[in-house]
Amino acid sequence: MKEYQTITEVSGPLVYAEVDEPIGYDEIVEIETPSGDTKRGQVLESEDGTVAIQVFEGTTGIDRNASVRFLGETLKMPVTEDLLGRVMDGSGNPIDGGPEIVPDERRDIVGAAINPYSREYPEEFIQTGVSAIDGMNTLVRGQKLPIFSGSGLPHSDLALQIARQATVPEEDASEGEDAEFAVIFGAMGITQEEANEFMEDFERTGALERSVVFMNLADDPAVERTVTPRLALTTAEYLAFDKGYHVLVVLTDMTNYCEALREIGAAREEVPGRRGYPGYMYTDLAQLYERAGRLKDRGGSVTQIPILTMPGDDDTHPIPDLTGYITEGQIMMDRPLHSQGIEPPVNVLPSLSRLMDDGIGEGLTRADHADVSDQMYAAYAEGEDLRDLVNIVGREALSERDNKYLDFADAFEERFVQQGFETNRTIDETVELGWDLLSTLPRTELNRVDEELIEEHYREDVSAGEGETEEVSAD
Amino acid sequence: MSQATESETTEGTGRIESVSGPVVKAVDLDARMNDVVYVGDEGLMGEVIEIEGDVTTIQVYEETSGVAPQEPVENTGEPLTVDLGPGMLNAIYDGVQRPLDVLEEKMGSAFLDRGVDAPGIDLEKKWEFSPEVEAGDTVEAGDVVGIVPETVTIDHKVMVPPEHEGGVVESVEAGEFTVEEPVVTLENGEEIAMRQEWPVREKRPTVEKRTPRTPLVSGQRILDGLFPIAKGGTAAIPGPFGSGKTVTQHSLAKFADADIVIYVGCGERGNEMTEVIEDFPELEDPKTGNSLMARTSLIANTSNMPVAARESCVYTGITIAEYYRDMGYDVALMADSTSRWAEAMREISSRLEEMPGEEGYPAYLAARLAEFYERAGYFENINGTEGSVSAIGAVSPPGGDFSEPVTQNTLRIVKTFWALDADLAERRHFPAINWNESYSLYQDQLDPWFQENVAEDWPERRQWAVDTLDEEGELQEIVQLVGKDALPEDQQLTLEVARYLREGYLQQNAFIEVDMYCPPEETYAILSAIQTFNDEAFDALDAGVPIEDIIDVDAAPKLNRIATREDWEPYVEELETEITEQIRSLY
Repeated sequence: MKEYQTITEVSGPLVYAEVDEPIGYDEIVEIETPSGDTKRGQVLESEDGTVAIQVFEGTTGIDRNASVRFLGETLKMPVTEDLLGRVMDGSGNPIDGGPEIVPDERRDIVGAAINPYSREYPEEFIQTGVSAIDGMNTLVRGQKLPIFSGSGLPHSDLALQIARQATVPEEDASEGEDAEFAVIFGAMGITQEEANEFMEDFERTGALERSVVFMNLADDPAVERTVTPRLALTTAEYLAFDKGYHVLVVLTDMTNYCEALREIGAAREEVPGRRGYPGYMYTDLAQLYERAGRLKDRGGSVTQIPILTMPGDDDTHPIPDLTGYITEGQIMMDRPLHSQGIEPPVNVLPSLSRLMDDGIGEGLTRADHADVSDQMYAAYAEGEDLRDLVNIVGREALSERDNKYLDFADAFEERFVQQGFETNRTIDETVELGWDLLSTLPRTELNRVDEELIEEHYREDVSAGEGETEEVSAD
Repeated sequence: MSQATESETTEGTGRIESVSGPVVKAVDLDARMNDVVYVGDEGLMGEVIEIEGDVTTIQVYEETSGVAPQEPVENTGEPLTVDLGPGMLNAIYDGVQRPLDVLEEKMGSAFLDRGVDAPGIDLEKKWEFSPEVEAGDTVEAGDVVGIVPETVTIDHKVMVPPEHEGGVVESVEAGEFTVEEPVVTLENGEEIAMRQEWPVREKRPTVEKRTPRTPLVSGQRILDGLFPIAKGGTAAIPGPFGSGKTVTQHSLAKFADADIVIYVGCGERGNEMTEVIEDFPELEDPKTGNSLMARTSLIANTSNMPVAARESCVYTGITIAEYYRDMGYDVALMADSTSRWAEAMREISSRLEEMPGEEGYPAYLAARLAEFYERAGYFENINGTEGSVSAIGAVSPPGGDFSEPVTQNTLRIVKTFWALDADLAERRHFPAINWNESYSLYQDQLDPWFQENVAEDWPERRQWAVDTLDEEGELQEIVQLVGKDALPEDQQLTLEVARYLREGYLQQNAFIEVDMYCPPEETYAILSAIQTFNDEAFDALDAGVPIEDIIDVDAAPKLNRIATREDWEPYVEELETEITEQIRSLY
């Protein structure tokens, strides 16, 4: 392997070097600084005679005398089942003091696109034990469902709760009984404190032994963040499609990832797109998110829960916007609900699970699930609308019907969404709770529920809210 | 993509000078603009997009990791073409017409490998050819020489290729042939096979574009009823994420009364394409009762597949659509989403360091969009038949903001606009098409058809619905300030009627079997029933009946259930009588 001492320019995370042999695009590079540090990088642009290298670990200490080695291959992740229970840094080096990893195989981290023809449509319900998700925005195996959050909201608690509680009810009925659950956690630019919180929870619940953790912390080099999720997903694909695990990948925080992309774009003097983010950000994000799914004739699945904090709680910001166009829905965290003390503060109205319709119903969850959820959406939306009005005209000026909707909206937040981060509700409990709430509305208002189901489940004697019994007219 | 390139002589071999993502620059390559080239040792497919001096810029349709300078670039000397012939229906392609099922088999993996090629139509399969011409007949470009039963639904018409000069038929064969074997021989020695090729970026010739006068009936109440599109028309569906673009596109692909449907999944989700692949073969074509796939061709270039192939996939789609149009069929093309296509252009343009236009999009964005939509239309074909291509493009505006360049440039061209609305989607009003913002410029030219085929007073009823909804919109603003009960009684009644219009007429559930497809007759019947309620209720109000009593009649809520009734005809009839009787009994 040839070594070059031909660096001509260092600019931000980029290093330009002269070469006298052809170097492949995306190839891995090692740069040794005069002080003896070795830094890794990747070829961003390869021209006859010069290459542009993106350095993962920061360019501090690199000078014109640093030597550059091209390894002749693209970035690979050593994969093996033994990764379970291990903690690694953002570049995939173990940091838990455990033994060295002996890989079964080394896989390209870019990952080829899944042939749409080879996919299997996801329709297996995952019970997260969270009513706002199970009942209203059901998650299924192979889905990518991000959490759209804001700074200071408890998205990590929700992600941990999902990772801890996620099960598939009556596993044996549908497929291979040996299918196991694994969690892959990819952290990008999170603080040490957040990282500790995650690790403590993993250790407390014993989840660590079925997890693989990749940690790129806030003070680690930003460019490394572009690699971390790819390592995580390569590991996930291996465990899912080669070893038959049902893998849940939690990626946090995608906003930091996108900032890193922008940084590289700016360093390369690229033409920026919206708000300075590169024009290829959609494609880049898609190459991460689309690595979720199921394959025909294979047991495992990759389910993704990326977390992102929306700058300024603005969901039209390019990061949540592009994410929403790729992922199969979103779980929206809400600041007002959080300040009301609702845990988890999920606002179900802007939340959505695109794969819900095929993952619920008879045989999967319950026959009345879809209708109940639809009706609750409509009723909660109506109650929400009325709240604006109440602020102006007061409750007395509203009709009895409108007051019922207002009560419904309050009860929905306080009893259905509110459950705490430690409570695990089965889907039955969630749907029954839904009926409790819907029964506070007059029967005739339930226009989205099948008449037979109303007959079966509608409770004639339910009171709205705490104690104050209201008459529920059946007609 | 075309395999004919194998037989071509190599025009010139160059070598790579630089690689940056999907953009590769080569030197010493003797190539024309838009020629297809094979790049590097692995032979990755690419297309020439710029020539400057000795340097040729190529966009590569596959991942370029590991490709290095000095590797060879080989020119095929041909522009990007598609294979046209029997076998395109019931198929699923990537953006450069490689069949995905064949790729899976060839690669032996569920993941898309590089440098694997496959012909767009099966070259081995034999098709039953029945001639339509005899020896001695004179044929010209475009003429139908024979018929192949391609699927249970569609007869594939084998045509003389458009650029062909034609001549007198010397011999013609009936029987089983592969697509490359000649079926007709002309006296001048020319042979005609079932397969032809066409460059994707060029439109196929026609005689004339005509004014479309028949609707593309979609079975969606809000579309057929309020904002119809014509066969040969163009439509845009813009909307923020989660507003139901894809569900609307799927519903159209399932139920539109076109002969052929080309569905282009351009830069969208993999699971969505899988849903189409799994669902469509099991669904029935409402027109013929056969499997939907028998009339459908799918093009799937998902968001994580190479960006250059995303740029080409809409062209691949519309070229296939034009080919079936030439046979005299009505073709509907759905492109989901054209924004991803525009972004692919932007991405490549920025790698070329072109001067950007608005929001970084290339300055030629508007021209490319216009060019694409202009390939739709109701045409007289060169063989004298009439056929149409309807183009329906989804648009995904960033942040749901319709003022962005892709939406705006699309709106300047298309004549139907179905605006999806996040607010409606949030309250689960689906399809979330906003009735105030949407429009169709085809209404006037389509009304005669609806009058003749459905009901004479179709336009008047539609106008009544639009007026009522408009009025509701204005009243809602007041209600937001003072509450509903402060309105005069007649306005309260209007709100009630509008609510039935929204819930019973405009909303349609794409996941309930009886409701997912609504024939125009039923669309009309629901609207009439609501109008009956409206008329009776206002009469009662004039007669002094209190509004609460009118609104509370038992029969009224049933208006919302018509759509989900299998037996809607007797149900509506009964309901109208019931409503009339109950309201009249109040005074």
